[in-house]
Amino acid sequence: MASIDYPLEHPRIKGREFSFSETLYKWVATVDHKRLGLMYITSALLFLVIAGLMASAMRIQLAVPNNHFVGPETFNRLFTMHGTTMVFLVGMPIVAGFSNYLVPLMIGARDMAFPRLNAFGFWMFLFGGLLLYYSYFGGGGLSGAGSAPDVGWFAYAPLTSSAFSRGHATDYWALGILAAGIGTVASAINVIATTLCLRCPGMTLRKMPMFVWVMLIDSWMILLAFPPLTAAQVMLELDRYLGANFFNTQAGGSAVLWQHYFWIFGHPEVYILIFPAFAISRLRYCFRSNPHFFTQTAIRQARHGRCCRRHRIHQHGSVGASYVRGGHDFLGEYFFRRLQHAGGRSDRNQNL
Amino acid sequence: MFEYALAALLQAQASGLPMHRIANIFKPLATPAESEYHIAVFVLAITGAIFVVVGALIISTLIRFRRRSDDNSHQEPPQVYGSNQIEVAWTVIPILIVFVLIGVSARVIAGVENASPPASTLHITLIGHQWWWEVEYPDFKLITANEIHVPASPDGKTATYLNLQSMDVIHSFWVPQLSGKTDLIPNRTNYTWIDPREPGIYLGNCAEYCGTQHANMLLRVIAHKPDDFEKWAAEQQKPAEDDPQLSEARAAFESLACVNCHAVRGTAAVGKVGPDLTHLMSRQTIGAGVLTNTPEHLRAWVNDPQQAKPGCMMPSMKLTSPQLDQVVSYLESLK
Repeated sequence: MASIDYPLEHPRIKGREFSFSETLYKWVATVDHKRLGLMYITSALLFLVIAGLMASAMRIQLAVPNNHFVGPETFNRLFTMHGTTMVFLVGMPIVAGFSNYLVPLMIGARDMAFPRLNAFGFWMFLFGGLLLYYSYFGGGGLSGAGSAPDVGWFAYAPLTSSAFSRGHATDYWALGILAAGIGTVASAINVIATTLCLRCPGMTLRKMPMFVWVMLIDSWMILLAFPPLTAAQVMLELDRYLGANFFNTQAGGSAVLWQHYFWIFGHPEVYILIFPAFAISRLRYCFRSNPHFFTQTAIRQARHGRCCRRHRIHQHGSVGASYVRGGHDFLGEYFFRRLQHAGGRSDRNQNL
Repeated sequence: MFEYALAALLQAQASGLPMHRIANIFKPLATPAESEYHIAVFVLAITGAIFVVVGALIISTLIRFRRRSDDNSHQEPPQVYGSNQIEVAWTVIPILIVFVLIGVSARVIAGVENASPPASTLHITLIGHQWWWEVEYPDFKLITANEIHVPASPDGKTATYLNLQSMDVIHSFWVPQLSGKTDLIPNRTNYTWIDPREPGIYLGNCAEYCGTQHANMLLRVIAHKPDDFEKWAAEQQKPAEDDPQLSEARAAFESLACVNCHAVRGTAAVGKVGPDLTHLMSRQTIGAGVLTNTPEHLRAWVNDPQQAKPGCMMPSMKLTSPQLDQVVSYLESLK
């Protein structure tokens, strides 16, 4: 047991070799925001490769008319799995990965507000994704009909009802994405709590870096957008197994109701995915050049650097916070030093 | 593929109507499609102008402020620390553009949706099925499938109103040169209207993913000169041909499971699940556009529809060769 004690959480201990099982344990059991951030991004990239292969198969099928590269059912599964994967298992976790990694660093927090919830969110996302892909093996169900879901990533009712979608394919879609959605909501709650409660002394909301602002707003949007989808997925499962008939038009349900639920989620989702992308691209070139943000007059005048210094003092005061590496945890300062080395430009980090 | 194209061409020539082979949204041939085309061009013009302005600004900035050989790299270029004028400009201008687009779109949508049907309006009920279209003419008491025959409206004084319904899942009516997409939703009735300017064959398809064979849920609108349309309707109203020489074939057809799903008016076949076959041979395609309607294709289709349209609702009935001969010869008599 001693081998998996405290030192494992320390990222750098010179002269200490970790065995494979120790390494595996420290990644699987971690609640560290940077590790989870990297795990989010890595899993998202793996799913991106899978979805990319699916897209290639579809493009081959569509290259010439009347092609027989894949059959119609396979094709429908391909675009359903591709769409679902790209939105829920690539776009969302990449955003969560960047926010997990960067938000605590940028606001001078030691970790996210709820590290365990953070790990919970990641594993919900990953196992939700794996559950969705398990449909290729388990989707047949007792009737033997179906494999992966083939209802489109929007899964319009009543195509998803038990009359038109036999087997368990649609159940894997609903439950896999439901699990991943719970993980996303957990991560959003965490980002909100972190940005509102754990900023370093001196960093008021108005001095908060723009990326953190975007992630805060993004997380609010997730809180508004995902629960309706989760609710609709629960309703769909009630329809399929308990005859609730919310969306079952053959029993008087409403097909349009599903569309409303889905797009209450789907429309904000577009912005949930694109805002962080804008923020990340902006992060990149604000280190390259010096784009003062017009709308951040207050931040500019407040001399962000002062906040960095104060944070360093605060941190040196907290003895034993060994997993926050002194001086470099504030991303702005980190890049600030790198830029000093690179080009001797001293005031480039003032406006992250 | 080429065989199909050639056969389609021949069919079109046989009916004497020009075939609009490519459903070109930039060549609208009916009022709703045309008004939507005008918005599309307007939006393209606005976004194209934005693209040109932004692109020109980026390129000119890149060239004007590039690093030059005599640059002192330690010196900052002059910085802009905010400008209320610029911020107001780039907030107000996009808002104005968005309001213009909303206004224009709302006007066109209202114009199409609130148009009052002219006096001589044909009413059709279009019912979506997985994966074919049922076309009912309540005024003429006739039912056909997968082809909507309408009178052309060269002077804009005729129109065809389509009541859109669905038997199973959501489908969408889309004939790009005639109108925009309108969904066929189970438990509701939607409507749209078309008024093709010229006689001709307009191709369309289901535009809402509806299951396995969504891609082969094809549709064609056949616009006739008004007289020809009346002639077509009169032909279709007649009961099915009853050739005494084919009474055995007819008996074979009626004794098989075909009649559970298909109807042939005036016979024992009254099924409601599949397309009405009363005038099957007057149609241009089989299986909602998956095959051209030739005797060989018909035989192959009846023998095993799953070959041409895998996953479709019509099963292979495992007919013996004599049964197949009889069924096909009877179907071929349904002119």
